[in-house]
Amino acid sequence: MTQILTIDPVTRIEGHSKITIRLDDQGKVAVARLHITQFRGFEKFTEGRPFQEMPSLTARTCGICPISHLLASTKACDDIMAIRIPTAAASLRRVINYAQIVQSHALSFFHLSSPDLLLGMDSDPTLRHILGVAEKFPELAKDGIWLRKFGQQLIERISGKRVHPTWIVPGGVSHPLRAEVRDQIVAEIPQGIAIARKTLAWFKPVIRNFQDEIDTFANFPSLFLGLVSPDGTIEHYDGLMRVVDAQRKIVVDNLESNTYADYIAEAVEPDSYLKSPFFKPLGYPAGLYRVGPLARLNVCDHLATPLAEQELAEFRALQPEGAVLSSFHYHYARLIEILYALERLAELLAMPEILSTQVRAFAEPNKREGIGISEAPRGTLIHHYTIDENGLIARANLIIATGHNNLAMNQGITQAAKHFVDGTKITEGAFNRVEAVIRCYDPCLSCSTHALGEMPLRIELTDAAGQILDSCERG
Amino acid sequence: MGKVKIATVWLDGCSGCHMSFLDMDERLLTIADKIELVYSPLVDAKIFPENVDLTLVEGAVSNEDDLHKIKLVRSRTKLLMALGDCAVTSNVPGMRNYYSRDEILRCAYVENAAINQGIPTQVVPLLLPKVRPVHEYVKVDIFVPGCPPHADIIFDAIAALLEGRLPDLGNQARFG
Repeated sequence: MTQILTIDPVTRIEGHSKITIRLDDQGKVAVARLHITQFRGFEKFTEGRPFQEMPSLTARTCGICPISHLLASTKACDDIMAIRIPTAAASLRRVINYAQIVQSHALSFFHLSSPDLLLGMDSDPTLRHILGVAEKFPELAKDGIWLRKFGQQLIERISGKRVHPTWIVPGGVSHPLRAEVRDQIVAEIPQGIAIARKTLAWFKPVIRNFQDEIDTFANFPSLFLGLVSPDGTIEHYDGLMRVVDAQRKIVVDNLESNTYADYIAEAVEPDSYLKSPFFKPLGYPAGLYRVGPLARLNVCDHLATPLAEQELAEFRALQPEGAVLSSFHYHYARLIEILYALERLAELLAMPEILSTQVRAFAEPNKREGIGISEAPRGTLIHHYTIDENGLIARANLIIATGHNNLAMNQGITQAAKHFVDGTKITEGAFNRVEAVIRCYDPCLSCSTHALGEMPLRIELTDAAGQILDSCERG
Repeated sequence: MGKVKIATVWLDGCSGCHMSFLDMDERLLTIADKIELVYSPLVDAKIFPENVDLTLVEGAVSNEDDLHKIKLVRSRTKLLMALGDCAVTSNVPGMRNYYSRDEILRCAYVENAAINQGIPTQVVPLLLPKVRPVHEYVKVDIFVPGCPPHADIIFDAIAALLEGRLPDLGNQARFG
């Protein structure tokens, strides 16, 4: 007889999904599965569209990280046009990308996960949200709202719109940066840096209260994938792919975007709409790897800005012998990346060329195929298009950042469920911890999601044939 | 007077409308005294509660879960707002309506997959043949177009409703 526990929907994540936990005869957790239940179909319905439309269309996969899709997509279009975009355009694309990293990471840390970290994993679920945090810790909530607003407002100031702007275009960006807008942004950066440092100073000692979670929230050896510049510095816009192992030894390095298909393939599982990419040389499912803030800090050699570099040294001390393995530390890595992004924004906006009026190159298609890769807040994002003789999309393949983490999320919730969930005595806090594993990855499931459950914690008793023998639910 | 109970739900959309909701920034804290967010991707409620005063719906109706959910939401909410172009017109998700379900699923899970090629059928909800806007299935009280609607519009709409008026968005809201 098998008992299945269901958490539906998983909350405080960007998208809807559900988790099932299968118990064995003794009521111990056998395995947990994450089911992504939304399907969008972008790869099919973009067929036949002019390739220049792809940035605007694919941005609609995600309202949290539309900038990432705009960047990967326009890079694929740049590739099809076989052009090199003006330097200032590349710098401006970097600026808007860092703005998005700040706002998206702030959303993940403050709005979605800080309720667990501040109020507690076992705290009252009716108050365990950002407004609950605002009541008890108003300053921290205000800091989070300020940081997210900084990023969103920067995006609006330079592109005209906070969500789904049309400013990032094939060939560069549609218009240059005005000096007064730059000055407004530059004036706000010091406050952002102060908030990022203050939050890190608060969070680092707090981590110690979560040793149980650190030990069990997807804490296992794996590969890590991320972009780096040729000298090994972390990269978020351009750069080359690098894979390291759990010892932080380089497995493959300097991979150009057009080689991704030699190393990454996708598998399908029958119980989720989210595919599972894997590292081809190790096969499926052994080729599990992780992407995103934790992976990027494990993959790179350095961060190359003074404050973030210092933080990286401290972060690495968590696991001096190799890569930081616990996915709980995605939160910590996210805060370091916020600091890094703010420092990089100050550097980029201080360059006189950032105001250059030469920001766009024009060309017809010169190739039938284009690949664009960038680092979304959640990890490496790949857009791959082929076009016909009229410039219409013949085939599109999108590998979304969250997808890369699918295998690791599943292994992670199984590990946490085995530790915290006791089939004979189910507690809300234990379920919340299983969900909190997913929150570490900050998955962007609208890029490929959905579900709804009227019955939050539903327990079904089934026989070996899957026939439901008994069920009960808790509100 | 008790707090006004507000819910936000998300069907087939990109979450951009929810981001625009959060883009009210500090104004979120100013309305926090007047409202209770009883169900939303931002809070931990697992059941859509009874007697909700206002529900903001992002996204189109695309699969069986969406359909089930929107009917449940309608039956438990006084005022329903279709928030954003996907809820109002089905917008980009509706672009799949030119293809059959099988064509669109095969593209993702057979043509663009290397291992275990096949369409997922366990646990996941069945897609509806066509993606449709919310008002084709349930009565909608307020339409707020935009991709996404600007945070100022969402704030003005909520502020008007909190004062007991229907919002006049004629000069503000637009598609796209």
